[in-house]
Amino acid sequence: MLADYSGVVILLVVAFIVAGVMLLVHQLLSPRREFPEKQEPFECGEQQIVSPHQRFAVKFYLVAILFVVFDVEAVFFYPWGAIFTELGWYGFWIMAVFTVPLVVGLAYEWLKGGLEW
Amino acid sequence: MPWDVVAKILFMLLVVMAAILPVITWIERKQSAVMQDRIGANRADIGGLTVLGLFHPLADVAKLFAKEDFVPAGANRFMHLLAPVISIVPAIVTLAIVPFGGLYVFGDSHWNLVIADLDWGLLYVFAVGSLATYGAVIAGWASNNNWSLLGSLRASAQMISYEVTMGLSVVGIFMVFGTLKLTDMSFAQDTTFRLLGFIEHFGWVDELPAFLSWIQLPTWGIFLQPLGFIMFLTAIMAENKRPPFDAPEGESEIVSGYHLEYSGMRFGLFYTAEFLEIPVIGMIVTTLFLGGWSIPFVPQETLIAAIGGVFGEGLATGLCMIAHVSVFFVKVIVMIWLQMTIRWTLPRFRYDQVMDLCWKIILPLSLANVFVTGFAILVVRSVV
Repeated sequence: MLADYSGVVILLVVAFIVAGVMLLVHQLLSPRREFPEKQEPFECGEQQIVSPHQRFAVKFYLVAILFVVFDVEAVFFYPWGAIFTELGWYGFWIMAVFTVPLVVGLAYEWLKGGLEW
Repeated sequence: MPWDVVAKILFMLLVVMAAILPVITWIERKQSAVMQDRIGANRADIGGLTVLGLFHPLADVAKLFAKEDFVPAGANRFMHLLAPVISIVPAIVTLAIVPFGGLYVFGDSHWNLVIADLDWGLLYVFAVGSLATYGAVIAGWASNNNWSLLGSLRASAQMISYEVTMGLSVVGIFMVFGTLKLTDMSFAQDTTFRLLGFIEHFGWVDELPAFLSWIQLPTWGIFLQPLGFIMFLTAIMAENKRPPFDAPEGESEIVSGYHLEYSGMRFGLFYTAEFLEIPVIGMIVTTLFLGGWSIPFVPQETLIAAIGGVFGEGLATGLCMIAHVSVFFVKVIVMIWLQMTIRWTLPRFRYDQVMDLCWKIILPLSLANVFVTGFAILVVRSVV
């Protein structure tokens, strides 16, 4: 079975080589004229007064938590979908029951305003 | 070294990186010019020859290489360098599981025109595709710039949100074809079905009249899962962060998002990854929904049998293979055209609209789609 993956491995190596060569050639060809004003972070002409490495809006965390919940549930759908015809009505109702907490969770999230931006 | 695999990789990279990729950057400008009643790129010339501006991709590459390799003060130098690499590698590696042709038998040797025939094909696409999120996140974090960080936060939230909907919107396809393997899906789409055949199966009439029986459609995903097609295309385009879903970039709001502190080829790699995703999206959508390499109404056996009498078995199989690969890339080009047209037709969504579309519209719809599909399959199974 491992032979199946030879293509993936070779392509992965090729991808890294492509990226590496492009960056390396750029390093060799590009000019280099550095001075402090140029190296400043771009702030539309202002001095940077707030470091970006600080707290940011909690909504992004919320989306990440939602993602973990829904993606894990979504992953259960894939194998179920692939053997759906073998499972028949039994599988259909099992998945219907499985989806109830998912839908309830989504409705709760929605009503609580977790999906508002 | 498995040389057949190397040959397939070389073919794929030549077609995608050397042929489609430069032409897409040209199409991007030329199609937008046509749609906006402009002339578009036509200045780059070699010895006075402009050829409709086809040399512009070359000029772009030359310019990107000649720019200064800029790293802002306070940036994490290693992460700053790593981010564009992480962006482009998943785009290239996704090519591995795309079946650009079927299975062809020449005497003893079997030609399976896919680089890696993985059982979990589509899961691989999702797994590799989600790695691209890291590129955006690391780029924003390493740049030490407020705009970059905002852009990368937007990008990560958008990409992981659409990842969920992208996965759920194709479950219907898994159910219809009963597999996750992209090669098997392509084979399953190489047939036709009678559009009104269900009338006969349900016993409403004993036998359809010939002219109604004659109405046939290929068993393509787009006909079996039309809603799934629209939702998947939307989700995968949003995943690529190109307009109308370019809120992470939003040059009118957050300057340029996580690209902001990048120049030269470092920026070029982000750019290449974005443009590389266009044919990759085209290939995945083609394989799932547009029948992959299959020629509509002409299944592989029929074609080989039809021309086998004239050319002989071996040559007929070879011609069939060439036809299938050509048909596949024609469909991919149609999908590229569709993406370009959407990109130049719709204005950018506001960020809350992008997220609403994902969580409030596509996610409930895709869940409903799964159960409607399941119900339909089981009802049809019970009578056939």
